[in-house]
Amino acid sequence: MSTEMIVERQFRPGGRQEFLSGVGESLPVLLGVLPFGLACGVMGRTVGLTAMETVAMSVFVFAGSAQFVSLTMLGAGITAPGIIILTTLLINLRHILMGASLAPYLLRLPLWWQALLAFGMADETYALTIGRIQRSGYHHLYQLGCNLAFYCTWVTSTAAGVYLGGYIPDPMALGLDFAMPAMFLALLVPRLQDRVGVVVCIVAAVTALLGALYLPGKWYILLAGVVASGVGGLLEGRRKAGAC
Amino acid sequence: MRAEIILLIAGMTAVTFFTRFISFLVFRQTGVPASLEKWLGHVPTAILTALIVPSLLLPAGELDISLSNPYLLAGVVAAVTAFKTRNVLMTMGLGMAVMLTLRLVVL
Repeated sequence: MSTEMIVERQFRPGGRQEFLSGVGESLPVLLGVLPFGLACGVMGRTVGLTAMETVAMSVFVFAGSAQFVSLTMLGAGITAPGIIILTTLLINLRHILMGASLAPYLLRLPLWWQALLAFGMADETYALTIGRIQRSGYHHLYQLGCNLAFYCTWVTSTAAGVYLGGYIPDPMALGLDFAMPAMFLALLVPRLQDRVGVVVCIVAAVTALLGALYLPGKWYILLAGVVASGVGGLLEGRRKAGAC
Repeated sequence: MRAEIILLIAGMTAVTFFTRFISFLVFRQTGVPASLEKWLGHVPTAILTALIVPSLLLPAGELDISLSNPYLLAGVVAAVTAFKTRNVLMTMGLGMAVMLTLRLVVL
């Protein structure tokens, strides 16, 4: 698809609604992101980063788990940037798999759109985007709406944590972080239509549980993603061959 | 901003963006092969499950399958609501209501 066609599509009626519905459907989950952003801001100051440095990390990196781990490492006195950058790479490897599963939809867009949407692809925005694909197909402006809503929330809540740090009671105490698994559940259940989907879910659950217990960091997400979708692909192949 | 922190943030930004963008670059010329697409179609279900399970069963990093785990109780309510209503807002609303009730009233 040419850039002209994309531009034309953006100004077709509906593009704006798509963007707004992406923003709107992100709102409830932002409640769950807020405590993490606040905690990230508080932690940045605690480990000795300046306000500017802490907020800059959220502005450029935009990866919650990796930021928490890197701040923890800084707090533990690890100052070699190489080690922290390598750890960040390992924590974020799961994005490669998410990107691959969105590739069939994004490849029609111009490269700069792909880059823009890739920058904002986090666990939550990925989940909302595939939820929308499952419901009514892919739309790049819906994805952009989700990404922007999350990005703005992440940056502003980090800044709020930096400046209000001492005045906020423990942001995790209310269990607001439950907003995320609640949304993921709402997006997962409609996907469990057939036997293969249910098997993939069970395999992923067992793998993720064992991985979270016995592997460091976020390896369990990548492991469960590869193992369970591999099982799904195999089952589907057998079913098509008439063996199931 | 200190130079070593700028370097750190630049490095973290580069590797994070790399992981988010590399798949699109790899498939840019060829498109996604059909054999791979069948497999990739199951990735969302697998990843969603992987994101949910530890946050409900290991809320504090240790396995907690008991009635005193509010994440598990609220998760069960949310799962049943999702199954019955197929509505994201209802699911999140009821799940969060159970969570806040457990946190404010019971604990």
